[in-house]
Amino acid sequence: MKYMLLIYSNAESWAGLSAEQREGLARSHEELAKELTEQGMLVSSAGLADPITTRTVSVRDDARTTTDGPYAEAKEHLAGFYLVECDNIDQAIDYAARMPDAKYLAVEVRPVMDSSGLEM
Amino acid sequence: MSDFELLLREETPQVLSALVRHYGHFDLAEEAVQEALLAAAQQWPTEGVPDNPRGWLIRVGSRRLTDLLRSESARRRREENAANLAAPEEFVASAPDVDDPGGRDDTLTLLFLCCHPAVSAASQIALTLRAVGGLTTAQIAAAFLVPEATMAQRISRAKRSIKQAGSTFEMPPEAERDARMGAVLHVLYLIFNEGYTASSGTSLHSAELTTEAIRLVRGVRRLLPDDGEVAGLLALMLLTDARRPARTDPDGGLVPLAEQDRSKWNKDAIVEGEALVTDALSRTQLGPYQVQAAIAAVHGTAERAEDTDWPQIVALYQVLEQLSDNPMVTLNHAVAVAMATGPKEGLALLEPLESDQRITEHHRLEAVRAHLLEMSGDLDGARASYLQAARRTTSIPERNYLQSKADRLS
Repeated sequence: MKYMLLIYSNAESWAGLSAEQREGLARSHEELAKELTEQGMLVSSAGLADPITTRTVSVRDDARTTTDGPYAEAKEHLAGFYLVECDNIDQAIDYAARMPDAKYLAVEVRPVMDSSGLEM
Repeated sequence: MSDFELLLREETPQVLSALVRHYGHFDLAEEAVQEALLAAAQQWPTEGVPDNPRGWLIRVGSRRLTDLLRSESARRRREENAANLAAPEEFVASAPDVDDPGGRDDTLTLLFLCCHPAVSAASQIALTLRAVGGLTTAQIAAAFLVPEATMAQRISRAKRSIKQAGSTFEMPPEAERDARMGAVLHVLYLIFNEGYTASSGTSLHSAELTTEAIRLVRGVRRLLPDDGEVAGLLALMLLTDARRPARTDPDGGLVPLAEQDRSKWNKDAIVEGEALVTDALSRTQLGPYQVQAAIAAVHGTAERAEDTDWPQIVALYQVLEQLSDNPMVTLNHAVAVAMATGPKEGLALLEPLESDQRITEHHRLEAVRAHLLEMSGDLDGARASYLQAARRTTSIPERNYLQSKADRLS
């Protein structure tokens, strides 16, 4: 099963980190990505640029509007993701729990849908 | 699959066994065989298939393995020199006899090694497909929708784990044989399922896995003709795969068993599967794959959905529940009871599952409940359960199917 680990952050939680903590965060992700790669479990992962750089696109009656900033007005934003292959959701949760981001704010674990199906 | 591709796949376990018997080093030998297969795939189509394909592959594989072993031992020597240790002259060997690789078939030994308990299920599958099935890393990666680099890592990791567990290229001890055989059959079953559940059109590559799984089980059956569960698994695969042409509509939507166009079922596969399971049930020790195959055979031999012998299926599920503690079996049992006796009796069987941690949140429990509620005439309840099941599944075709069932009731 593939799971998406969604890392949430907010401006304050990030600003509140010391230089040491930020370094620790980067190191933890480096180690985690290396381990997941070696296990053959990592499908993809990336960090996302600050929400200040986001554009939100919507099309209504064929007219396109583009606004600056994220779609949802929330204090929290998506800061990065891992797409991993795990045996089950508990294994995915264990990896999420190892991210320092889980300590600072939260990491969401979501199963990825696939196109396989069994007739009923 | 072209003829020569099939030939390569058939030869893979033989060539790998020959190399491992001669040189040891399963991990490197497996790498070398892959390279020999790739070389053959490049050269044979233009230069023609050699007279002795196995000999050719063993020769090319040996050469490659020798190179790998040399660089491995050079690396080790460098490390050892650095630690002021004497360099052992450890690698001296002649090539294996290509014309007579011993006349043994070590496919089973290979399967036991690939399905080693130290390795995760996903890695057992990947390694089995490559080392025994002869598929390339790219093909396996495409079937499982992951990048090739991820799959390559998974395979190397599996080989490292096997090496660390200290496993060697021999049959597991008698005491472990049954459990290890169970793991091998389970991996082959998972490979089949991966292909069978793939909806047509969206992942053509995975559909080929059913063919591959059937080919591998046939190979095991040739070596163990008296093993009832091997026969049962082969029968189950054949009887299930027989329905593949009818299980999806042209848009890839799922068609339930009761609504399938049975004229599209593969009759030959049904006949072969039924004969296999009947024979196994009459002369070997009973096991879960045989019972599941027997159930599939009852479905497969019903001319129309309404001709299905549900009391027979109920009886078989009762046997299966004795053999395996699996809430999915109870779910299917409940459906059969509802068909044989009535929805109320089926719903009663679902009650103990409400508190079974393994299945309480599973969409199938909700989907079965929906189906039985619909049969009982509780359409509001059925609709609510279909919607709940649609939200719980992680499969797009299942979600679409469950959603459409709910839509029809509103």
